[in-house]
Amino acid sequence: MMHELLTSEPFLLTLILGSYLTGVYLYTRSRMALLHPVIISIGIIVGVLKWAGIDYGTFYDGSYIIRFMLGPSVVALGYVLYEQAEHLKGKVLSIMTSVTVGSFVGIASVIFVCRMMNVEQVVIVSLESKSVTTPIALSLSERSGGILSLTAITVVLCGILGSIMGPFILKMLRVKSRVATGLALGSASHGIGTARAIELGAVEGAISGLAIGLMGIMTSLMIPLMEKCFL
Amino acid sequence: MIKGAAWIMLFYFLGECVSSFIGRLLPGSVCGMILLFLALSAKLVNPDDVRDVSRTLTQNMAVFFVPAGVGLMASYDLIARYWMALLLVTVVTTAVVIAVVGLTQDKLEKKM
Repeated sequence: MMHELLTSEPFLLTLILGSYLTGVYLYTRSRMALLHPVIISIGIIVGVLKWAGIDYGTFYDGSYIIRFMLGPSVVALGYVLYEQAEHLKGKVLSIMTSVTVGSFVGIASVIFVCRMMNVEQVVIVSLESKSVTTPIALSLSERSGGILSLTAITVVLCGILGSIMGPFILKMLRVKSRVATGLALGSASHGIGTARAIELGAVEGAISGLAIGLMGIMTSLMIPLMEKCFL
Repeated sequence: MIKGAAWIMLFYFLGECVSSFIGRLLPGSVCGMILLFLALSAKLVNPDDVRDVSRTLTQNMAVFFVPAGVGLMASYDLIARYWMALLLVTVVTTAVVIAVVGLTQDKLEKKM
């Protein structure tokens, strides 16, 4: 009976929301970038699942509502973008250029690093789409014949890493433009980067949301070209 | 709140329709985002109706990624096999993309 209760949706959803709140609390208290709320939540949840003997499949099914909400929250970015539309004026061309360059460099750097390490082709095509939002990344990986779970891991990792390293890198490079900051976070780290960008400011958040879409489009178009040339 | 949620769901659905029409080149949620932006710009939707819901959803976006992150646990074998490549690729390429996009945009804005 205990197992039944621990695998029930109310328990799993309380676990997710509770561990996330704990993560946010520790993160705002410590101001340590490494204590990203998502990392803390994952740690707590994995611990509890192991302790209670709940397998990932059961957890995955039970977390459906939370996973579903990712879709509507991406749609809602359309409103945030509308609110900040004045910041886009005169910058459409520069934004398109930056995202195109970013998408090219992103895929090229994956191929380059993997080649240096003699990684198998199937791994390379699984990692190519790592900077775009999960649903796009998975469909691109499938199109290229990649390993889907490997793609999913890399996408989440790039999201967390980018939201940790991003603000530091941009500070070091003296990037001050709020549009450039949001664009960089969204391009490299999709929704997780956007969550970080929203913390920095409304302009950063809106542009980061836009970058998710643009990066998705550019990467979808770029991957087949790059594979023809380099693989 | 319900009105806002209804608009968001409608645009999510319309986004799914467009997505399947263009052969899933972009997922439905991203198409929905673009459609909602266009509808607000064209004054087809009153911004006041969707403000509260949109802010609530977007300000807490990271929590929706937690279940996918827990999936790292289920993929232990894959991680153990490819951990060096995974670590290098994610760290190096994420840093490179952030630096390149940030710098390009910053420089272009100063020039234009």
